[in-house]
Amino acid sequence: MDSIAKEIEIKESDINIFGFWVYLMTDLVLFAVLFACFIVLRDSTFGGPTGAGLFQVSSVLAETLFLLTSSFTCSLGTYAIHRKEKNQAIIWFAVTFALGLAFLYLEISEFATFFQQGATPSRSAFLSSFFTLVGTHGLHIAIGLLWMVVAMFHIGLRPLSPHSISKIFRMAFFWHFLDFVWIFIFTVVYGMGLLNG
Amino acid sequence: MENFLSGKLSLEELPQHWYTVGGTAFMLITGILIVILLKKTKRWGWLWNEWLTSTDPKKIGTMYMIFAALMFFRGMVDVGMMWVQQSFAADSRGYLTSDHFQQISTAHGDIMVFFVTMGFFFGLMNWIIPLQIGARDLAFPFMNSLGFWLTAAGGLLINFFFMIGGEFANTGWIAAAPFSELEFNPGVGVDYLIWSLQLSGLGSLLAGINFTVTIIKKRAPGMTLMKMSLFVWTSLCGMILVISVFPVLTATTFLLWLDRVFSMHFFTTGGGGNQMMYWNLIWMWGHPEVYILVLPAFGMFSEIVATFSQKKIFGYVSMVCAAVSITLLSYLVWLHHFFTMGAGADVNSFFGIVTMFIAIPSGVQVFNWILTMYKGRVIFASPMYWVIGFICIFMIGGMAGVLQASPPADFQVHNSLFLIAHFHSMIIGVALFGIFAGVNYWFPKIFGFKLNERLDKQAFWFWLVGFFVSFIPLYLLGFMGAPRRLDHYALSTGWQPLFITSTIGFFLIVCGIITQVWQIFVSIKEKKQHLDRTGDPWNGRTLEWATSSPPPFYNFAVIPTITSHEEFWSMKKRGISIQKHYEDILLPKNTGMGIYISGIAFVVGFALVWQVFWLALLGLFGVVACIIILSLDENREYVLPKAKVAEIERMR
Repeated sequence: MDSIAKEIEIKESDINIFGFWVYLMTDLVLFAVLFACFIVLRDSTFGGPTGAGLFQVSSVLAETLFLLTSSFTCSLGTYAIHRKEKNQAIIWFAVTFALGLAFLYLEISEFATFFQQGATPSRSAFLSSFFTLVGTHGLHIAIGLLWMVVAMFHIGLRPLSPHSISKIFRMAFFWHFLDFVWIFIFTVVYGMGLLNG
Repeated sequence: MENFLSGKLSLEELPQHWYTVGGTAFMLITGILIVILLKKTKRWGWLWNEWLTSTDPKKIGTMYMIFAALMFFRGMVDVGMMWVQQSFAADSRGYLTSDHFQQISTAHGDIMVFFVTMGFFFGLMNWIIPLQIGARDLAFPFMNSLGFWLTAAGGLLINFFFMIGGEFANTGWIAAAPFSELEFNPGVGVDYLIWSLQLSGLGSLLAGINFTVTIIKKRAPGMTLMKMSLFVWTSLCGMILVISVFPVLTATTFLLWLDRVFSMHFFTTGGGGNQMMYWNLIWMWGHPEVYILVLPAFGMFSEIVATFSQKKIFGYVSMVCAAVSITLLSYLVWLHHFFTMGAGADVNSFFGIVTMFIAIPSGVQVFNWILTMYKGRVIFASPMYWVIGFICIFMIGGMAGVLQASPPADFQVHNSLFLIAHFHSMIIGVALFGIFAGVNYWFPKIFGFKLNERLDKQAFWFWLVGFFVSFIPLYLLGFMGAPRRLDHYALSTGWQPLFITSTIGFFLIVCGIITQVWQIFVSIKEKKQHLDRTGDPWNGRTLEWATSSPPPFYNFAVIPTITSHEEFWSMKKRGISIQKHYEDILLPKNTGMGIYISGIAFVVGFALVWQVFWLALLGLFGVVACIIILSLDENREYVLPKAKVAEIERMR
């Protein structure tokens, strides 16, 4: 009986992970729409600020560095879960959380400087699509951070079952996925924006 | 953003027109009557425990059906008002203002597509897919409940303008920009449209993920992909379309809302916005959506044709290939909705040719259905009537579609009633006829008794004749140049007789609907004479008929091992019945979380329509809190011991 229950549990975790992949693909489609809008509208600056005029290489590089490193530490966290080392896992996820928070802080202060320069979402189609695309990614990061807190409580307070391990893996997938999307934002939005200027 | 506390809400938004007062009164009186009825019969607990919180796909399916049927009446009232207006509005303004007429037209389209057709399909899939793949429930039972309740919340929101606001979008069902922008549409009508579609779209997306994962991961042992029944195949194709295009709808309508509320410039006429971007995006969702509405119906027709021809489906493999190619091609044709945009000859030719390609797999399917009947011993049970009626309408509608696939021809009939007649041939002739056939075919499986076939055949004739009488005039009017959403016209056009004929057709269809309602009443009354004790009332071929009617809540006491795509037929041929060696069964518990989250989501949607941002934020926190509470609960399933299973099976 016990082994059957365990087998069912593992099978269910497998279904949950596959289901989560499917969800991530739908999220990717959502981002694809935002990217398409950005690419179509990037030159519609309507006499307002352009990407090259606004973007700061240093802050974008710092954001990228934080996010890429956080993906690495997140992997170390899941690796610790694999080895059932709870404390290590919590430490690595806490580091990931701190890096994610730093990323979010930089992004918000970047947006704040843009606003000060009069570059608001309602200024031009380019800025609407920029803020929507990057802001949607930032919102996802905030959700990921919240999820990470819940996951850390989970690890700290409860025994590791196949069920809860699969939950933590899904959280990690989500985090890596956001990293993946960021690489495209970095290239398409910031990189090409700076080069075109 | 006028007022922090109440947003755009004010007392002036309470009902004051005849239709909003009427609508509000109707909704309130119905609600009060239901409450009184429940109180009198003391059925609150039963309703809550057995139905509203259920995670059993058969019950969620039934709830989808009831919900879709209610929305269907709303949609039919809308279209009746439009038809009556068009019959009288020659050289007169009719009884509706232009603006009101446009709002009705928009509501009719959105309700019929999002809530009626998709609602019925999700209902039928919930009923049948787990049974056909030999599963006990869906991959994510809670998500199934949540998906249904989100759709229901969207349905409530699309009707809620009767109570508060009194205005719906007058933009046409796709909320075409820039007309749907704040500049031209300052009221909240478009916001109601946006948020009811957001809620129901999210519900559909969840259902789409759920069915895709269920079909891929939860099939009975031995059921390889090519041993799935055709309804499962076409549903899988439809669901893959859902998960790949519904995010596009969510994003596009959300961007439109950003434009309207935060003065952004995605699709506006100023600020560098690009209106054609909206058209591209909305039809990148919209065209695959058409196939989401017809593919599951194709699968149902395949099942029904095979059963009643007492022959296996002709060309199973080619049917699967056809469904998959329709799925793939449907991604590549969206631009044919606006050949007139001026994308140039090359682009238009590409999309025109790909559109014509779709006729090939569709033709393969039609020929296979006909060849299945050929040399079969066809039983003319009532579901078979709908199938044959479907083939006739599909031929005409399909030809009209191929005609419009040619850009020069499309320029002539673009946005005319010809187009309206074409896509109603598809949605009524394929999707609705499929739903009626499917409901009559599978009703005995779910409820344990057959529906009255004589009345169903009567309803069929009303529908078929009514369809031709109402839509053939529209094809003609389209050729004469009558545009869609026409609220009045000059008598000298000579169109009035055709509009009146069309309206007569509408009333024939109404007779069909009345017959169908009567059919259900009569069938329930005569239930005892039509009980299905065998579990196999039609001499069926696929796995769902292998269990009893109605199936126990765990569907199959023992999950069979599958050897063919007509598993039950081969079981019958080999004289094998399912083994009686029982095991413990793991089943999902009921949960009220789906209702709670959807209830809060409804409040969020309402708050965003009226820009009451504090309420929306509060609601979002509520949703997040619910999800966190849910994630902490690890005992969402219970074990049904094998002794209990054996006992239930003995009692049957």
